Amino acid sequence: PYRAVQVEILDAKTREKLCFLDKVEPQATIAEIKNLFTKTHPQWYPARQSLRLDPKGKSLKDEDVLQKLPVGTTATLYFRDLGAQISWVTVFLTEYAGPLFIYLLFYFRVPFIYGHKYDFTSSRHTVVHLACICHSFHYIKRLLETLFVHRFSHGTMPLRNIFKNCTYYWGFAAWMAYYINHPLYTPPTYGAQQVKLALAIFVICQLGNFSIHMALRDLRPAGSKTRKIPYPTKNPFTWLFLLVSCPNYTYEVGSWIGFAIMTQCLPVALFSLVGFTQMTIWAKGKHRSYLKEFRDYPPLRMPIIPFLL
Amino acid sequence: MAAAAATAASKGNGGGGGRAGAGEASSSRKKKGPGPLATAYLVIYNVVMTAGWLVIAVGLVRAYLAKGSYHSLYYSIEKPLKFFQTGALLEILHCAIGIVPSSVVLTSFQVMSRVFLIWAVTHSVKESGHISLKKEKVKNRLQTPLKTWKLERQTTVCQMAELKVQSEDSVLLFVIAWTITEIIRYSFYTFSLLNHLPYLIKWARYTLFIVLYPMGVSGELLTIYAALPFVRQAGLYSISLPNKYNFSFDYYAFLILIMISYIPIFPQLYFHMIHQRRKILSHTEEHKKFE
Repeated sequence: PYRAVQVEILDAKTREKLCFLDKVEPQATIAEIKNLFTKTHPQWYPARQSLRLDPKGKSLKDEDVLQKLPVGTTATLYFRDLGAQISWVTVFLTEYAGPLFIYLLFYFRVPFIYGHKYDFTSSRHTVVHLACICHSFHYIKRLLETLFVHRFSHGTMPLRNIFKNCTYYWGFAAWMAYYINHPLYTPPTYGAQQVKLALAIFVICQLGNFSIHMALRDLRPAGSKTRKIPYPTKNPFTWLFLLVSCPNYTYEVGSWIGFAIMTQCLPVALFSLVGFTQMTIWAKGKHRSYLKEFRDYPPLRMPIIPFLL
Repeated sequence: MAAAAATAASKGNGGGGGRAGAGEASSSRKKKGPGPLATAYLVIYNVVMTAGWLVIAVGLVRAYLAKGSYHSLYYSIEKPLKFFQTGALLEILHCAIGIVPSSVVLTSFQVMSRVFLIWAVTHSVKESGHISLKKEKVKNRLQTPLKTWKLERQTTVCQMAELKVQSEDSVLLFVIAWTITEIIRYSFYTFSLLNHLPYLIKWARYTLFIVLYPMGVSGELLTIYAALPFVRQAGLYSISLPNKYNFSFDYYAFLILIMISYIPIFPQLYFHMIHQRRKILSHTEEHKKFE
């Protein structure tokens, strides 16, 4: 016999009754309940709702079915406001478009950056032009990947993240670009040799990073949020999966090290270091969740640096 | 702000033997605290630091009585001040290895800002004063007519003399604030670790800051401000283009940014302390009622 369920939603902090839903189908998902809740409280759109069985517990997933949860005929859910949300895609596009544009302002020596006699002049060093191409390529690649390659497991993130992230990316881009495109820029100590080697590192790592992004995309069918262990494919760049959990980060660090050597610019090295620190934290987290989720996870793999870290 | 951060940072985190915030009763229930060996070490550390800052306090008093004025008092306690304030870097380590339940980030910020003021401002600027005077003499003599040069040189010497005195007064202001704060803070930790905290110490820690914070902050800001002309003249800690690593740093601009950062940070720390004071001192009052 069909039995409808009742759902009451309480505020996790104040325990105040926020909403009472009558005659909910037992097969309803959390996502559907979130939509119903929005109807009574339109300011809390589904993306900023966190519903949980215990006020201090973990958030329930959108796909969870009401029937399968440990609830009686009246389900009590606790609500927490996650704050204003913004989509991941929007954040990525904004944080990547900035550096692309900002670097070019310095490259073309737009007025008020350097002395007026340098306005719209061009550097006489080949490496400066090469650096502009590399930097621009890097961010164009990122923008295209955001639009066509990546499959995000989360739809949104808190709004304040966009300010934090943009300050980081845009700030460092401006800082780096200022020195590389400066009229008093000093080319690398070992000249063309150094530039060629660094460029090779950069290109290889960019190809590697792209290969990993494609391999990860192929792991997950469109629209799904499934998670599988990534394995090496026929593409040699993906063979790094044998040694690390997050080769995309490994290649990313490599790219920036290449760029730093190519430009011999200390701010670039510092940017690489900060990025490396952050990516290591992410890689370790990812590695830990892989280990937790999959019993048969390859033991040889390290999070980000083969054998070391 | 180094003065403010010192106590605020630690008070933000409750419990344990180290940086205690809330009353002992509630904290001992939640945190397990350091082991016996760590506790012994921390007691020794805090006793040594209390003693060190007492030495500085006594040194200041004796120098004042001996000289009759408050000028040049900094020089009489310069070495122990540098030693014990720099020694506080160990507190970052304590948090990192977990024997003190405070945030590494907050503690680092607090200790680093103190160490910065001692070494990168007070210590460094004192010496560069002499060097730049010599440079000025040689440079200007060749380029300016004798009368102008003599006048400029006189002005420069006066400025130098003036600035040295100025920086000393403001230095004394924060040294006194820090000394009193640290003596109370380290004895607070010592007694907390031994589970025998006299109310007087707790009261002092959560009350005297009301005067000592602004006093310390004023001293710090005035000292940095006084250091600025020196830094500009000597190009202290600054790198300019062109150079091999395509990097530049303007210490003068950096110091100005530091001064500006006091504006958002100091009120936050100060009001956090006031909030803590209300919470902790009223909690103890209630506690006493039930005894």
